[in-house]
Amino acid sequence: MISSKSKEEIYNIIEKRKNMETPLMMILSDIQNKFGYIDLEVQQIVAEALNIPVSEIYGVVTFYSYFSLKPKGKYVISTCFGTACYVKGTQGIIDEFCNKLKIKPGETTEDGLFSIDILRCVGACSLAPVVTVNGKIYPHVKIADVDKIIKEYKDKEVLMNENS
Amino acid sequence: MINIKINNKEYSFEEGLTILEACHKVNIDIPTLCHYKDLVQSGNCRVCLVEVKNNRNYVTACNNKIYEGMEIFTNTLEIIEARKKSLELIISNHSLECLNCSSNQNCELQALTKKLNVTERYHGQKTETTIDDLSGILTRDTSKCILCGRCIEMCKKVQGIGILDFENRGLKTIVAPVANKSFKDVPCTYCGQCTKVCPTGALTVKENIRDLLVALKEGKHVVVQTAPAIRAALGEEFDYPIGTNVEGKMVSALKQIGFSKVYDVNFGADLTIMEEATEFIERYTKKENLPMITSCCPGWINYAENYYPDLLNHLSTCKSPHMMEGAIIKSYYAEINNINKEDIVVVSIMPCSAKKEEKDRNDNDVDIVLTTVELANLIKLFGINFKDLEDEKFDNDLLGDFSGAGVIFGTTGGVMEAALRTAYYSLTNQEYEKISFENVRGSEGIKEASLNINGNEVNVAVVHSLSNASKVLDEIRNGTSKYDFIEVMACPLGCINGAGQPKITSSKLETKEKDNILFNTYKRAKALYDEDKKMNIRQSHNNPQIKELYSKYLQYPHSPKAHELLHTSYSKKDKKII
Repeated sequence: MISSKSKEEIYNIIEKRKNMETPLMMILSDIQNKFGYIDLEVQQIVAEALNIPVSEIYGVVTFYSYFSLKPKGKYVISTCFGTACYVKGTQGIIDEFCNKLKIKPGETTEDGLFSIDILRCVGACSLAPVVTVNGKIYPHVKIADVDKIIKEYKDKEVLMNENS
Repeated sequence: MINIKINNKEYSFEEGLTILEACHKVNIDIPTLCHYKDLVQSGNCRVCLVEVKNNRNYVTACNNKIYEGMEIFTNTLEIIEARKKSLELIISNHSLECLNCSSNQNCELQALTKKLNVTERYHGQKTETTIDDLSGILTRDTSKCILCGRCIEMCKKVQGIGILDFENRGLKTIVAPVANKSFKDVPCTYCGQCTKVCPTGALTVKENIRDLLVALKEGKHVVVQTAPAIRAALGEEFDYPIGTNVEGKMVSALKQIGFSKVYDVNFGADLTIMEEATEFIERYTKKENLPMITSCCPGWINYAENYYPDLLNHLSTCKSPHMMEGAIIKSYYAEINNINKEDIVVVSIMPCSAKKEEKDRNDNDVDIVLTTVELANLIKLFGINFKDLEDEKFDNDLLGDFSGAGVIFGTTGGVMEAALRTAYYSLTNQEYEKISFENVRGSEGIKEASLNINGNEVNVAVVHSLSNASKVLDEIRNGTSKYDFIEVMACPLGCINGAGQPKITSSKLETKEKDNILFNTYKRAKALYDEDKKMNIRQSHNNPQIKELYSKYLQYPHSPKAHELLHTSYSKKDKKII
């Protein structure tokens, strides 16, 4: 169940945007940015406020890969699936991430630490294949690098936990 | 006027026509698949491609308008092959299970593959399939869906609800209720209009023929009753023109199938009018719970309970005609014939999918509901040669008589007119001279009439399709409604166009008529009005067996006995999906 504080924030977003010509996309973007995901309960709130069918909102949320139905991990591993990266072996890298983290693309690990996303093209083809983690770019990634990348963030977590 | 050339021949048309409309006017057929007049004109399926001179690409005929000097070619080698390729690509993601599909030989996609002479078959990845038959009313099978979007637009625009929409993208795209839920878990009214516009077998009304066969085998006393709209459409399944009344042959076929009694729901309709007209006069005199709204249509009842629960006090408490007749069969009829109520099976033949759900309400006496299409299938299953049948009459004991007022229940405006005939008599003690109330007839979405009955001004409205219903309901909510009495039918044009009726698709119509599906459907209403006109008794209160039922059993309309058997109640449904 959504908290009353979050509910209030959602209503504020709707109130701010609802008089725009096509408010739905803006409202959903704001909610995605604020909460990191848009689940059915939230979609229902938006549907009622804008008086449009919830099926339509669900359609929009599942059409655009920018929107997410579930919370994403703390570290979002984005693998580029553009032509250059694909040719240079992205598939093997994605498979390796999936194997090591035991999740599929679009899913989040049980501890909430990692998600794997597939991007269409990062626009850095000379660095292919490219992986980004929360915006940090890893160029020319090889399958053997996958372990190192995961370890980097796991270590970071351990360090943070120790410090706190 | 706009001058264009089609296949090198010169024509002139009024402005604003699409290429498809212009071609239809001059009897040139262009194949279509996703196109449905006033619903889908997206050109998504790319089956209606034509060549336009000096145009770089082929053009979709359904959504491109003609312009001065346009030169169109509809049947070049390239166009014929391009259309075929579009279709071959569409069916590459189709289950191709025609042999065991309930839409077999009644499928626009199947007919088109034959028409376009499809030969290639592509194999590749397919969309993951969802089959939802949990509601027991409507079935959705995504493996047969071609993503035309007709059902989405029907539910959203015409019915104003929006249960269905596209979900996901690319190869994962499906049409579904939110989050691919079952119809039973979303606030669907079961009007079934989505199934009427589905060009394939992706959305269908669930069949119950086997339930009937079992009841017949068990040797029960099986009584059948047919709704007024059935006679006006059943013939289409046996190649009669739209609007042919096949009442006599239908009765004959039902008797051959082996029903113990063949009755007409029109009797129940007359009974409904007796109760409903009395209820209206009572409310009108006391100025209570006005406007009163009819309650014959289960799609409409579901809609009210889900979307306008605050207005449920406006609904008439009358059960729908077949439910009333079911209640009388299991009480009055059972007592007089000395049959145990438990040994009687009441079967209703209905033009409707929502009636299948209505029978599961807690105060029901109807056991099996079959649609018009199911009846046609049953007749074929029994090897009955429908066209050669002699006309027969309904059984005429106890509940066999009916009035013209009962007959017209099957079309928009019919219930209101029938009620007005009796209400007029009740208020004035004389029959309405003209008998017919012409101003509540016709196919407009919202009709209104104002009548002066014995110095009383009665304002009525007749609406069909749920988006129109929501307009008059919003007025009631806002306190601006000027009506005293409203008839609502969920389906466009009423029961004659219910989800249980044979589909009228553009492919079944003459080229010039292809854009007039609703106009052609309304011919069924004419069949009902014609029958009413020919009847000797045209008002429900003059039906002798109705009088007898009241004098011998129910006493008077709204008596405690009548309340117990013929009235019902409604409750708010929570339409939230989570």
